[in-house]
Amino acid sequence: MTAALLQTRDLSVHFGGVKAVDNVNFMLAEGELRCLIGPNGAGKSTFFKMLTGQLEPTNGQVLFRGQDISHSYAHEIARLGIGIKTQVPSVFDGLSVSENIWLAASRFHPTAGARRVVGEMLERTGLTDAADRVVGQLAHGQRQWVELGLVLATDPELILLDEPAAGMTHEEVQKTAELVREINRTKALIVVEHDMQFIRMIAKKVTVFNRGSILVEDAVENIMRNPLVRDIYLGKQAVA
Amino acid sequence: MSGRSLNHLGLALVGIIGLAFMFLAPRLAELDTVLDLTIYMIMAILALSLALIWGYGGILCFGQSAFFGLGAYTYAIAMFNIGESTVPVAVAIVFPAAFAALLGYFMFYGRISDVYLGVITLTVTLILFNAVNSTAGPEFHIGSARLGGFNGIPGIPPLNLPFSKGTAIDLEGMFYLSTAALLLTYFGLRWLLASQFGRIIVGIRENERRAELLGYDPRAYKLAIFTIGGALAGLAGCLFANWGNFVSPTIFGLAQSAQIIIWVIVGGRGTLIGPVIGCIGIQWLSAALGANQPSGSLDLWSKIFANAPLILGVILIAFVLLVPKGLVPTLADLGRSLLRARRNRKHRGLEPQQAE
Repeated sequence: MTAALLQTRDLSVHFGGVKAVDNVNFMLAEGELRCLIGPNGAGKSTFFKMLTGQLEPTNGQVLFRGQDISHSYAHEIARLGIGIKTQVPSVFDGLSVSENIWLAASRFHPTAGARRVVGEMLERTGLTDAADRVVGQLAHGQRQWVELGLVLATDPELILLDEPAAGMTHEEVQKTAELVREINRTKALIVVEHDMQFIRMIAKKVTVFNRGSILVEDAVENIMRNPLVRDIYLGKQAVA
Repeated sequence: MSGRSLNHLGLALVGIIGLAFMFLAPRLAELDTVLDLTIYMIMAILALSLALIWGYGGILCFGQSAFFGLGAYTYAIAMFNIGESTVPVAVAIVFPAAFAALLGYFMFYGRISDVYLGVITLTVTLILFNAVNSTAGPEFHIGSARLGGFNGIPGIPPLNLPFSKGTAIDLEGMFYLSTAALLLTYFGLRWLLASQFGRIIVGIRENERRAELLGYDPRAYKLAIFTIGGALAGLAGCLFANWGNFVSPTIFGLAQSAQIIIWVIVGGRGTLIGPVIGCIGIQWLSAALGANQPSGSLDLWSKIFANAPLILGVILIAFVLLVPKGLVPTLADLGRSLLRARRNRKHRGLEPQQAE
């Protein structure tokens, strides 16, 4: 058993009487790739918000390499090395693609280094031709790539991806899966996704969220076979 | 690449026109015209201070006049106490900047939302107006400088060359100084906005949450840009106090603060040259309308055109409704679409030949 990169202890957040996330005990090892699934409103995105300091937990703790980050600011957590691609692409819409990636790169690299990283990221995400275009004018799938490029440019230790394949064509989904596997060679990831084909392409271990709690956590084959999960959360297409 | 060379062309153009204006105006124009031009230059620096924090920082400050007024009053008070202008000028920049930093600290680190930020800054300038307005008695003085309340402070000693009390700067000198200060401010801000700091500021304006998730602390950046804006407004205030040798509480008033916002709206947010043009244009127009007072014949139209606030109000409404981006960005868009149309026509012209 390797050391825990990220751990949550009894993590909860309540909005009035609603328990959006309720006593979640989650553990991610160094270098692990974990998929997070569950129906809409299960608390996946809320969970991500607490991991990145966008939301303060009502109860419990988030530990990143043993350091308590439950009450840290978002920018402090980002500096520790957690990067997130949000569900709705959060990018600098009024700026060009390369300026977007430069803003991410320049936080961690000095001037010349930042320029090099921008070139690398444009190539890696296949956006070199769109480098001078304004991000707000790009298609949803491309904006997803821009955001992925932003996150990668900060060179984080742990990458959270909230529905990275949403709005992408079949080829783009495959390309994304490839990229995720490639990133996982050096970094840890948590991926929230609904697209079961995508999950099958990348997943090893899957955590199923339901009503703010962890329902079950198992290897991907077992999750697919689990009748409870299959019937309620995956729908009939995944069975076929 | 072509974008960058256009950018350089624009910079060179502003520099050449600015320098030509600076050296030719006093030679070609009467002294009273030069005096009018001087105040336009001073106010344009004030316009730039808001162009920076609103247009680039995304901070809508309704009380930029607070820092402007503090600059003017600080200069006046320090000048009566010291008598030599080097230190008063420095204090007139540093004090408003420090005040902006303090105010900004509470606003940004207190996570005040944008709307309340506007309300708070407006309130601050109105509080300053009322506070200074009610200091008319002789008991209100700082050192040997009497605050004068609603009467203001008259007879403020003029600037002198640094550290030489005897050589006061004359009216023409004030024009050179103000124009040079405006040009330096403009190019300084262009440099600042092209730097890493400036690019991050624009990123924060575009998406504060994303900037945070990349590891930038938006509060610190906003505080820094707000403080720079305060310092620039203070510099403008200091020059203003020199220009008329007089300062009164109306400098903190609603009309003054609203005017700065109008300059920026008309000229265009997100540019620097726009607010400068907006500021000079509107001041020129106000002066022209004001000079147009009908003396004898009082038909309806000449009455209307003599009513400067009315005309300016109509202009503001027209801009907000019809040209919401402001003059310069709209013209730039227009130019770009014309260029594109010409390029397309060229392409279409080529097609039949290629078909042959």
